[in-house]
Amino acid sequence: MTLEVRNLRVSFGQRTVVAIDALDLGDGEILGLVGESGSGKSITSLSIIGLARSLGATVSGSIKLDGRELTTLGEREWRELRGDRIAMIFQAPISSLNPVMRVGDVFVRALRLHGASRAQARDRARRAMEEVVLSPQLLARYPHQLSGGQAQRVAIAMAVALRARVLLADEPTSALDVTVQAEILSLIGRMRLEEGISVLFVSHDLAVVAGLCDRVAIMRAGQIVESGATAATLRAPATEYGRELIAAVPRLGDAHA
Amino acid sequence: MTAVGIGAGRARGVLRRLGHELARNPTLTVGAVVLAIVVVVAIFAPLLAPDPTDAGNATHPLSVLQAPSSAHPFGTDELGRDLLTRVMYGGRTSLQIVVEVLAIAAAIGIPLGLIAGYFGGAVDQVIMRVTDIFLAFPALLLSLAIASVFTPSVGHMILAIAVTWWPWYTRLVRGEAASVVRRPYVESSRTLGVSHARIVARHVLPNAATPVLVQISMDAGGVLLVSAAISFLGLGAQDPTPEWGLMVSQGASYFSTQWWYATFPGIAILITAMAFNLIGDGLRERLDPKRVLSR
Amino acid sequence: MLEVADLIVRYGPVTAVDGVSLTVPDGPFGFGLVGESGSGKTTLGRALVRLVPAAAGTVAYDGQDVLRARGEALRRYRRAVQIVFQDPDSTLDPRMRVGAAVAEGLNAHRIVARDQVRARVASLLQEVGLEPEFAQRLPHQLSGGQRQRVAIARALAVQPALIVLDEPTSALDVTVQARVLALIGELREQRSLSYLLISHNLAVVEQLCERTAVLYLGQVVEEGETALLLGTPAHPYTQALRAAVPDLETGLPTPAPRPQPVDAGGDHAPDDDGAARLHRDHPGGCPFHPRCPLAVDRCRSERPPLREVAGRRVACHRAEEALASPTVAVGSDTAD
Repeated sequence: MTLEVRNLRVSFGQRTVVAIDALDLGDGEILGLVGESGSGKSITSLSIIGLARSLGATVSGSIKLDGRELTTLGEREWRELRGDRIAMIFQAPISSLNPVMRVGDVFVRALRLHGASRAQARDRARRAMEEVVLSPQLLARYPHQLSGGQAQRVAIAMAVALRARVLLADEPTSALDVTVQAEILSLIGRMRLEEGISVLFVSHDLAVVAGLCDRVAIMRAGQIVESGATAATLRAPATEYGRELIAAVPRLGDAHA
Repeated sequence: MTAVGIGAGRARGVLRRLGHELARNPTLTVGAVVLAIVVVVAIFAPLLAPDPTDAGNATHPLSVLQAPSSAHPFGTDELGRDLLTRVMYGGRTSLQIVVEVLAIAAAIGIPLGLIAGYFGGAVDQVIMRVTDIFLAFPALLLSLAIASVFTPSVGHMILAIAVTWWPWYTRLVRGEAASVVRRPYVESSRTLGVSHARIVARHVLPNAATPVLVQISMDAGGVLLVSAAISFLGLGAQDPTPEWGLMVSQGASYFSTQWWYATFPGIAILITAMAFNLIGDGLRERLDPKRVLSR
Repeated sequence: MLEVADLIVRYGPVTAVDGVSLTVPDGPFGFGLVGESGSGKTTLGRALVRLVPAAAGTVAYDGQDVLRARGEALRRYRRAVQIVFQDPDSTLDPRMRVGAAVAEGLNAHRIVARDQVRARVASLLQEVGLEPEFAQRLPHQLSGGQRQRVAIARALAVQPALIVLDEPTSALDVTVQARVLALIGELREQRSLSYLLISHNLAVVEQLCERTAVLYLGQVVEEGETALLLGTPAHPYTQALRAAVPDLETGLPTPAPRPQPVDAGGDHAPDDDGAARLHRDHPGGCPFHPRCPLAVDRCRSERPPLREVAGRRVACHRAEEALASPTVAVGSDTAD
């Protein structure tokens, strides 16, 4: 097991926003974490990468990455871990890139933080850009000069270059046009095949999850109400809420206008 | 439960709420309490002051420049007038000045800001350029200059200060109004055919008001100090009107030997200005939207 | 009936709506406007309710010019055509109670007598599925879906014949979205409404609209009966759009084979993100040619006119070929 979450409880003051008994992410697996707003799916991914506490949340329970307990790590240990073993991409990639630095510089700095020399870093950055099918010349740009899709690819490239084993993706395509979304999803799928990265894909969009994820877990009010193989779960949801959620997705092909 | 019981219960409830308020926002509470004391003293000065006539034309040549004593806790001035009385009455003058200046400045500044922010374009440009002209001058100097043109009096001073004060509100309101105007709910009102006047009154003003209200409360202290300064320089209140700044000015020449004359009015200015500032700070904290949302 | 002819709307140097013509018939009718960011769909909607000025072209409602209407004619138009915005959070004045918000239009046009206003507000709220008690609430006490319902009630208050719905459910959870869309369908029948439904979501448009127009960079690239358009799209962009929609049953469409990155030449603004797209000078000719797998020289120099092909209107020089062998892969923005 790559990622093992047990008895995770996250709360803000008195309010418990996440109560997950068990969540597993296997090696090279893509798991979809689906829910509506307020379901706790984003906080779950933030807790896994250790960012929930800085938002003021209290986190308890166990989160193990390849057997190593994450909930007790200090900030310095997190700095080594983030990027190196576990990386995260967000809905607005541009907001996680330093606006006054060229993208290439951010990239190189991240790689050097994890031990590469400047030359090695530059080389790895360039190769990672090719992996995500972006011209390395884009590394010379500032974040605002990139489109949403390009910025998201850069974020994925950084995760690849840093050789992260686990990628947490929090609504990475929600802010993108549907044509660009298709490309990013395809890219994530390829990263899994070629690099063996495991992905926790958080989304409110069931259809997106349907295409990409091996397994899906449906969250509601902080709890996982249903989980299983994607095709099976979506075809025959076991819970009332699962049925309601799936029925509500507007589908192409059954028009009644 | 008896009526007394209910009354006591209510009183306890009120006290508890006050205690809550105090705990939550000590700045605001302390400022408000101090200001309340000043206001009460000012309002009831005729009843509380030992020698109400000393606030006017009375003179007592026999008790000139007496040190603080039980008869005159703040001492007397060079005309023998009781300083405690004059300080209390001075509060009336000062509060009147603060209220009137801010009222006039707000009455001019806020509507101009609303119009500039709402309509934008040429209207905005014209209003803001006029505002900029006023803002280009240091406020105190400008009010002094204006005050010096007229015969010195409290009334003229109020006008002089108000005239230099309004541009700040215009600028502040204009910024808020311009941002409110872009919001979907204002656009939706426009598409519904609601008139400009109604939109400004019902949507723009309430949503743009908060920063201005905070600013006004914070300005009270500033107005007080400016008016004291102008009176100090002889261009504002004139004797026998009791005004703290004027009294400090009059007492200044006696300061080395009769320290009380300038000191007590000075302390009054200090305390009142601080109370205003605390209220302003406290209001700003309280009205901070982030705090409101987290409740 | 709303007739738009060669409408052009500019934001400074950028042409957001570049010569759009379409007609929305009287109700009940649903007209879908589909596009991604930068397509100009939102700008078009806003121009129709005169929130932004048009640079050229005409919009006529029941034969009367709308764009230059003033006074009484403008008032009548404001009652006839309304708009509902996308973001439920900013669509209502946070300081105004729901009842007052719904009554605003009623009062502005004096649609009912003063003492009737409360009753009318109550009936409007019920019409959108809210209890009359909601009139006392403030927006922050409502959920996103409820706020959108209030926004709809607000628009309905002036008894419009046509409503522009700008992504009315995009910001809502999917279960809430389903209910609001159902509401729109009901209102359409009950009030014989027509609406211009602006959306990036093809499934939503298919559910509610008889006709649809697809916009790309401010131009209509395809327009016709929705079922036809989405079933057998003729324009390469429509095809790409259709193919990119992930499907719950079958999963993602087959991804394109891994494209080779092209060396980035020159300093172009990125083009897959609407805001960025707006800053680029329009490529001459067909707006889609930089990304079109079927592009030929003619496409780069000659803007294709909207013409009848297989029962719908398409703006493509090679529409017949596109229809015959639909493309799925479009050039991506990986290097531009």
